[in-house]
Amino acid sequence: MNDLETLRVAIRALLRNKLRSFLTTLGMIFGVGAVVATVAIGEGARATVERAFASMGTNLLVVLPGSANTGGARGGFGSQPTLTWEDLKAIRAEVPTVRYAVPYLRSSSQVLSEEQNWTTQVAGTEPDYFEIRSWPMELGTRFTDSDVDTGTKVVVLGATVAEKLFGAFSNPVGQTVRIRNIPFQVVAVAGRKGQTPTGQDSDDVVFIPRTTFQAKIQGGLGKFLQGSIFISATNANTAQRQVTDLLRDRHRIGGPSDDDFQIRNLAEVASAQEESSRTVTLFLAIVAAVSLLVGGIGIMNIMLVSVTERTREIGTRIAVGARGRDILRQFLGEAVVLAVAGGVLGITAGIGVARWLTAAFHWPVAFRPDVMILAVVFSGAVGVVFGLYPARKASRLDPIEALRYE
Amino acid sequence: MTPPLISVQDVSKVFQMGDVEVRALRGVSLDIEAGEFLAIRGPSGSGKSTLMNIVGCLDRPTTGRYLLDGKDVAPLDRDALAKIRNQRLGFVFQSFNLLPRTSALENVELPLLYAGVPRSERHRRAARALERVGLGDRLDHTPNRLSGGQQQRVAIARALVTEPKLILADEPTGNLDSRTSVEVMALFQELGSTGITIVVVTHEPDIATFVGRQIVVRDGHIASDRRQTPVKADPSTIPAEDVA
Repeated sequence: MNDLETLRVAIRALLRNKLRSFLTTLGMIFGVGAVVATVAIGEGARATVERAFASMGTNLLVVLPGSANTGGARGGFGSQPTLTWEDLKAIRAEVPTVRYAVPYLRSSSQVLSEEQNWTTQVAGTEPDYFEIRSWPMELGTRFTDSDVDTGTKVVVLGATVAEKLFGAFSNPVGQTVRIRNIPFQVVAVAGRKGQTPTGQDSDDVVFIPRTTFQAKIQGGLGKFLQGSIFISATNANTAQRQVTDLLRDRHRIGGPSDDDFQIRNLAEVASAQEESSRTVTLFLAIVAAVSLLVGGIGIMNIMLVSVTERTREIGTRIAVGARGRDILRQFLGEAVVLAVAGGVLGITAGIGVARWLTAAFHWPVAFRPDVMILAVVFSGAVGVVFGLYPARKASRLDPIEALRYE
Repeated sequence: MTPPLISVQDVSKVFQMGDVEVRALRGVSLDIEAGEFLAIRGPSGSGKSTLMNIVGCLDRPTTGRYLLDGKDVAPLDRDALAKIRNQRLGFVFQSFNLLPRTSALENVELPLLYAGVPRSERHRRAARALERVGLGDRLDHTPNRLSGGQQQRVAIARALVTEPKLILADEPTGNLDSRTSVEVMALFQELGSTGITIVVVTHEPDIATFVGRQIVVRDGHIASDRRQTPVKADPSTIPAEDVA
């Protein structure tokens, strides 16, 4: 008897007891279904977090000033401006892994349109900032390097600010807004970025050329860069090391002394996030293993009952010429068919539950085909492992006893 | 000279039941020629079923030899015995032993499945065997839709389908009323006339009148072995009200 025949015989036998076969697979259905659904939810959550990080820009470093050491009293970060415009030039010129480096100066300020006002963050920066953040414009054209050189009074509105000042679906390009009583011409509205990984609104901001910011908001051009530096690097970790070395050198910090600046590497934050999602995945794997174990025990239980109940059938089969291995394969086949059917139904149920969660609660879900294939393979393995004992028992029955069994 | 189809030579069988030894057979010798139709008769516990199991290659003798078609089966392993049962023997049981919720055709196909016969040929041969027992119009009936006599005929078709030389029937009429019993014996007589060797185990003296040779087993010995002129089994002689 070949494998296909064995499979057919097994399926026939299972169909003779449809309800029982279905109930037997329930354990597998729930187990696999729960795994597929939770993986889909977990993946959905992870994809959302990843999108949030991606929206921050890739390989992003932020250099923050601060921590002046004044006679042994160490201030916190930002306690004193320590970064200079010369530092920025040096980073641009001397660190090969740095693609872009821009200043980012900020201040909270009220912005007024003709009819509305809104208090938001006013940021002074350079056009490359939008490259670093991969931030396209929704309407209009962002300000240029020549605007920075000449200190023009132009502004790029974040999507939220544009909406608050001019209403949704309006085009404020060409209009004038006032920041600290100084009129600025709106040249562009930035595209919507959504939430930051920490839950803040990325779009509640307006951008002006950093020279204009220095002159009109900060009041005066100084030696110090009173803000932070955003860097886009070809390799964040290498760049972090190189920039650290450069700045320590420029600030004459030697030996064990503390840095008077801080570099935040978003790749590190992202990898911490990855770490925690790996933990969740491991936990899921354990849940999956336990549920498959339970499902497998359920199958073994019913297979044992089935072997006892069908003792006479087994005796008949042996009498008409079935070899021990034919019987073994038949019952093993039944266990595997039950397990795999449970796995496949479980996947269907899991997808259904995940879809329902999306529809009902707007939970983001993402399906992993590899997890599903693995689930089916594992189900088959469970069938073999838990089917083996009952199948061996069946194949070793004494035909004389089996034929006489009532 | 061709050897007898079955040659049982001084066979004994001892079962160990806990501390007690049960001697089911005590030195039985028996030759059966091809084409014979014979009955093994005896009260329960006489050892007739044990003899049947040994002849059917389901059990092995404790001592003595059993030659099937001139060949000793003692050195054969389980798989080889399964092959003999599959290809050279046919079994008919008292309680039919059909697979429940399975069509007559599929029940009859069962031995062919283990013989590795392809599907279409299995169907063809099983259908032919069912026609031979007069159930050509019941191929897709499941056992619960067949009468006892019909079920036993399906079982006989299953025994016939591999075209064996020998059919072993263990109390084939034990679960049937008298008219159906005679019908089944008539079918055996008909098959016997085509040259198939048939051994029927029974405890009913009536049934044993339909065969050509009667062996009586008592206490593990052959008590008598005589040839007789078989009575022709004719179901029409049995009153119709006995039909179940």
